[in-house]
Parts: sequence; C-alpha cells; structure tokens
Amino acid sequence: MEPVNAIELRGVTKRFGEVVANDNVSLAVRKGEILSILGENGSGKTTLMNMLSGIYFPDEGEIVVNGKTVTIRSPKDSFALGIGMIHQHFKLIPILTAAENIILGLPGKGRLNLKQIENEIRSLTEQYGFELDPTQKIYDMSVSQKQTVEIVKVLYRGADILILDEPTAVLTPQETEKLFAVLRNMRRAGKSIIIITHKLNEVLELSDRVAVLRKGKYIATVETAGATVESLTEMMVGEKVKLDINRTEPAGVEKRIEMRGVTCRNKEGLKVLKEASFTAYSGEILGVAGISGSGQKELLESIAGLQPIESGEILYDSPEGKTEKISSMKAEEIKELGIALSFVPEDRLGMGLVASMDLTDNMMIRSYKEGGHFFADRKAPKKLAEEIVDKLEVVTPGVETPVSRLSGGNVQKILVGREIAGNPTVLMVAYPVRGLDINSSYTIYNLLNEQKQKGVAVICVGEDLDVLLELCDKILVLNSGRIAGVVDARETTKEKLGLMMTGSGEEKQANE
Amino acid sequence: MNLLMTFIQKAIGQGVAILFGATGEIVTEKSGNLNLGIPGIMYMGGIAGLMGAFFYENGKENPNGFVGFLIAILCTLAASAFGGLIYSFLTITLRANQNVVGLSLTTFGVGFGNFFGGSISKLAGGVGQISVQTTAAAFRAKIPVLSEIPVLGDLLFSYGFLTYLSVVAAICMTWFLKRTRSGLNLRAVGESPATADAAGINVSRYKYIATVTGAAIAGLGGLYFVMEYLGGTWSNNGFGDRGWLAIALVILALWNPARAIWGSFLFGGLYILYIYLPGLSRATQELCKMLPYVVTIIVLIITSKRNKQENQPPASLGNAYFREER
Repeated sequence: MEPVNAIELRGVTKRFGEVVANDNVSLAVRKGEILSILGENGSGKTTLMNMLSGIYFPDEGEIVVNGKTVTIRSPKDSFALGIGMIHQHFKLIPILTAAENIILGLPGKGRLNLKQIENEIRSLTEQYGFELDPTQKIYDMSVSQKQTVEIVKVLYRGADILILDEPTAVLTPQETEKLFAVLRNMRRAGKSIIIITHKLNEVLELSDRVAVLRKGKYIATVETAGATVESLTEMMVGEKVKLDINRTEPAGVEKRIEMRGVTCRNKEGLKVLKEASFTAYSGEILGVAGISGSGQKELLESIAGLQPIESGEILYDSPEGKTEKISSMKAEEIKELGIALSFVPEDRLGMGLVASMDLTDNMMIRSYKEGGHFFADRKAPKKLAEEIVDKLEVVTPGVETPVSRLSGGNVQKILVGREIAGNPTVLMVAYPVRGLDINSSYTIYNLLNEQKQKGVAVICVGEDLDVLLELCDKILVLNSGRIAGVVDARETTKEKLGLMMTGSGEEKQANE
Repeated sequence: MNLLMTFIQKAIGQGVAILFGATGEIVTEKSGNLNLGIPGIMYMGGIAGLMGAFFYENGKENPNGFVGFLIAILCTLAASAFGGLIYSFLTITLRANQNVVGLSLTTFGVGFGNFFGGSISKLAGGVGQISVQTTAAAFRAKIPVLSEIPVLGDLLFSYGFLTYLSVVAAICMTWFLKRTRSGLNLRAVGESPATADAAGINVSRYKYIATVTGAAIAGLGGLYFVMEYLGGTWSNNGFGDRGWLAIALVILALWNPARAIWGSFLFGGLYILYIYLPGLSRATQELCKMLPYVVTIIVLIITSKRNKQENQPPASLGNAYFREER
C-alpha cells in the first residue's frame, strides 16, 4: 500500500519584512513515521513549523492534512486537525500546575473538576511511559519535566501529528534516551512525529526520514538508513565541511584563576555551590560538565562577580605576575582585569543582549565607556558588528536590525563573538553552541581554540560530553554543587564522566 | 461600645465602593490589562446611574423606587462598561500604551462626572439640589426583620443591596477565577498571552470581556457612593481618591477578590479613622489619612520579600500582545 501523507506542504513561502524565512518549501510527512527536519540556523525550520501550528500564516502556498487542503489561521485550527507542537521555549505558565497547563484553552464543562482531569492525565502518562505528577507546579519542575508536560499536553488534546522543536537541546543523555523511548512508543501507536534537531547522531538514531532545509529553501528528503553524518552535513551546508576539532597541546600554562572553598546560596537560600576549589590555567580549555542546575551558572557568575559568595575566596593571577583577590571586587573591576563571561542562558536573550536594540548598539554595551568623550563612539562598534557578521556568517539583513528579529542561533553567534572580540585573559562561556547548527558549532569551537592558543584561560560549560571530550584539555565535573573531580580530557571516557556527574557523595580528586 | 459600632458600620460603608473598584480591577488585571482608568470609570458609573434615576423621577408623576433602582443600575453598567470598552479598544485592538490610556481615561471620567453632575444640578435648580429620593430610598432599604436584631442586626444587616452585592461579587469572582475553565484561561492570558494563544485561547476576546466586565463592576462602586452613601445627590469631586485606593487594594489583596473583602473594610476603617481618633490636629489628621497607602507599601515590601510566585502580579500585566512579534 502507498504510504499516506499526514501532512503535505506545497510551495509555502513566509516573509518577515525583508527576510524570506521560507522560500517555496514543499515537503511531506507520512503517517506513523518520525521525520527529522535538518537545517542550519536561520534556515527557516521553526518558522515552517510555526505555520503548521497556527502561530504564523503563510504568505503563499498551501498545506494539506490527511489529503485535504486546509487553512490554519490560529493554534485552535491546528489542534482541530490533530497537530500538536512542542516549542523550543516551553509555552507553560509557571504558577499553574501541570494539569492546569495541560487543559488550558480546552472546551469542556465550565466548572473545573481537577481531580478527574488529573486521573485522566495519569492514565495517559502510564500508557506511553512518562513520569509526571499532574499536581506539581511548573516553577518547581526541571527542564525535562516541563518538556514532559508539553508532550502530554498535546497528547491529551488528541494530537496525531507531533512537532518537536529541538527537544533534546536541554536534556541530559539519560533524559534523551527516555524521550526517544516515548517517541518510539508513539510511532508504534500510529502517530506521525516531526522533530527539529541539530544533533546528527540523534537524527540517525531516531528518525525514519530526514528533510533538509538550507537558507529557507527545501533541498531534499532522504531515507535515514542510507544517510551518514557527512552526507547530511553536506546537504545542509551545500558543500563539504571538515568536522573535527583541532585540539592543540596547551601552551604557556600559567595559573590564572584559583578558587578556594567557595560556597554560594541561591535566592531560596539553598546551597548551590559547596566548598568548590579548582584552578584554571592559561593556554588551556577547562570544560565544566554536570547535570543542568548543578552549580555551573553560579560557578561562572561567582568568578565574574555577579554572584555573592558566602565563604571562600577567588584569586586572579595576572599575566604580569600580580595576584589579586577578585572575590571582593565588583563585577566592573573584574571585567577590567580582562575576565569575560559569555553566558548563553536558556532563552539566549536573557543575559548579555538587548533584544530591541540593533547589532551595533549591542556591541556598544561593552564598549561605550571607552574613549572618555561625552559622545559615544559608534564607528568602532559598527565595524566590530560587521566583522562578527562576516566571520561567523550571521544571517541578518544588516547591522541595523534589532537582535530580536534574528533566529536563535544567530543571536548566539553575536553574543559569543562580542565576548571574544574583547581580547580577554579569561574567557568563560556557558553553553556556547546550544541550539547552534553543526557548522556554526565548529566555528565556535575553533574560535575557543584560537583563544587558547593566544594564552587565554578558557572555561567552557557544555552539555554535550562528546564535544567536551574532544575540545577541552581538562574537565571539571560538578555534582549537585560539589566539584566531583577534575579529569584529563584526553584520558577519560564519557561513561566515567557520567558516573561522576550522578555518583552520590563520592569525591574523587583525580589528577589534582 | 456604641462608638465602635458606628465606626465599624462607617468603615464598611467606606469600604464598599473600594471593594467594587478592586474586584473590577482584579478581573481586568488578570487579563493582563492594567486599567488605571478605573477611578474615572467609577465617576462615570456614578453619574450615569444618578442621571438615569433623576430623569426617571422627574419625568414621572409617582416614581416607583424599584424601577428607579433598576434604571440606575442599568445606566451605571452601560456607562462604565463603555469606559472599559474605550480602554479595551485603545489598548487591545490599537495596542496603545496601557498607562497612558488608563490615566487619560481617569482624567476624562472625572471630568465627565463633574460636567454632567453640574449639568443636572443646573436642571434641578442649583448646586446640591439634585434629589432622587425614591430611588435612593430603594438603594438604602435595609433587610427587614433581620436588621431589627440588636447589635448583630446593626452590624450585619443594616446595609443596602449594593453592600451585599459587593461581597457576593468578590466571592463569585474568586470562585470564577479559581474553579472554572474560563477563569483558568483568563489567568493564563494575564500570565502569558503567547502561551494562552498557543493553547487555542482567543486572547483578545478574553481581554475585552474581562476589561469590560471589570469596568462594569467597578462602576457599581460609583453608583454605591452616589446612591447609598450620599443618598442620591452629586457633589463635584466628592468621590475623591477612593478609585486609587481601589487600585492599591488590588495589591493588598494579592489579586484575590475574596481577600479584597476584608481589605476593603480595613481600608475603609483607616480612611475614616481620623474622625474617630480624639485629639488630632488638622496636620495629624492628614497624616492619618495616609494610613491606607502606608499599609499598601508595607504589603508590597512583605510580598516582594516572600517571593512566592502565586502572589506576584500577572506576569504580562501592562503589555500589549501581538502574535507575530518576535
């Protein structure tokens, strides 16, 4: 029997002002398959999916669902057709419980019977093998729990076609495995799944077919069985790309940052960093691994002076041989020493960039104090913005475009690019490639390597252990606020790191 | 004892108008609209009800109290809902700045009230000459039998219809927000319209309905003041700053109408405390009148310290929503 198409897009085009996000895209999703959509940042994957979920309306082209041409004007129309989208940034309301979020906007009896709804949700989660407490508030949940709520939400609405936008970007390897198991259960139940991801290994592991977009245009759909990482990358980028990180031996190793027994508490008064001690050296990349929320953010922020520390001290040894205690300095003074922090938070724009300002102005946030004139210098930042756009291949109509108009990956390139441009002596980056496509990721890795060769002490918090193992010289493992150990990245394995990340109470001080 | 009794009665009397205003504002704010036009809308509601009753009583030989009562309520609801509609159209459809629209609506509403108040005063033959006795009597009618009970009757059953309506409205709105599907959807709209939109909720419709309904409820506060409190007459700017107290009460009540009930009586008490405190000079009286605001500031400080997420204002309060904005 000819496989039936659950969704077919025919010649769909969407423009945002001058930016063409999707240009005449045609592709099809079969019933009961997992289709991956691949593409670099700004290639229009999310925009395309938003048209299926009713967030955007296509300028041209038609959408066919189960053989019928349909008009999707709002998310409601989309649900009615059985399409459910799990967004990259979760659309959940923190002060409501899981159950309340799940039934949001659904028709039904005016009076709420939450008990009954909670039981319905429990039976649904058991059917597919989720773990979820419907009465838990969203603000008490981990990222992976929130994602579970999102998925249950669309299933509860009876969706047959699920769209997941970068579902694994924020999950640990174990959580990813769980998610994939659930997705396979759904495929078995006859549901169609579209998954947008950058991680090629996952594409190959999970999906039946892969559709590739490049710069808003549809390239082709191929069977996963016949595809390789190299062939897919070539389709995405349009040319052959070299995919290895050129790791050099550490050069000019000197002590740069020394943390001694630092303890921090978060707003709720919980200890998030416990007695942390380590040393970062110049000319080395120190990776930081750990389950998300184990104290990575606080570790970097305490060095940058953004996080008050309760006890302990942090010392900075300048290249000139002076030792200064930075734990008692203000963030601004620390920045003047050449310690740069580039933190890419979950929502990317939260810290570091101002969404409504253009590229040049965002460069100026770092440099407006230079020169000492009454009038700010706009030429240098503009040149810098142009350089970053050029070097990191940022897709933008120009440097006068507000950052909020750019796609997530491009925003990130600008953030990381700006921090590197400041010629720091210590460069701290957190999740520098989160959500970035493979080509841009390698651009960033190579930038970090360049910095290392220049003698910068690089501290890199990452989530992909494979990458950390390839990129870093040493890896510091955090386990619920404690430093579980610092290991040599050339000798350790992914499994060992995984054990240190989750192991209970064992404090190994390997290689110290 | 007697003095305390009078004080409590007067405090409740002062609180009712504030309670209507606060309940209306809470419903509005739950949709993410910060309607600072509420004080003006309460003026509009008050004068509209008075005008309705005035023309009815003047045009009829033997006016019926109950008919006047209905006419007054309908006029109030229509005028204040109209105020809410202006606000909604400007902020939701045209996405104008909510603060600016709200403040101008308050200025407009106060002027609207004073202008028509002055006009019908002229018709009635001079300042303070307006009188809608029959209708006002209907508004002031106490509950029979029950109000005869000593002490308890005075304390609980000696008020007019609107007093009880204000409490019932506040309780109903709390129930609506917490226990119904539409209430849940409305809260979602105020927290995150993008999320609500993605969940298939018609954000604009919820905002419109909540803002217009909220304005109508608040308008009843103005009617209460004109009919039950003043006894069916108008005095320019007589309503004073009670509308702003209502908005302060929203914060004190942490966006829960049921909590606004005792809050309104507390505010009412603090508002008139200076009359009952012996030995106050003119200057200390003015200091005493600050008390409701001082309490609000203290509550703001305490809640910001406690940092409990449920007690925070709706997350998208004050923001216009545009779906395709990135």
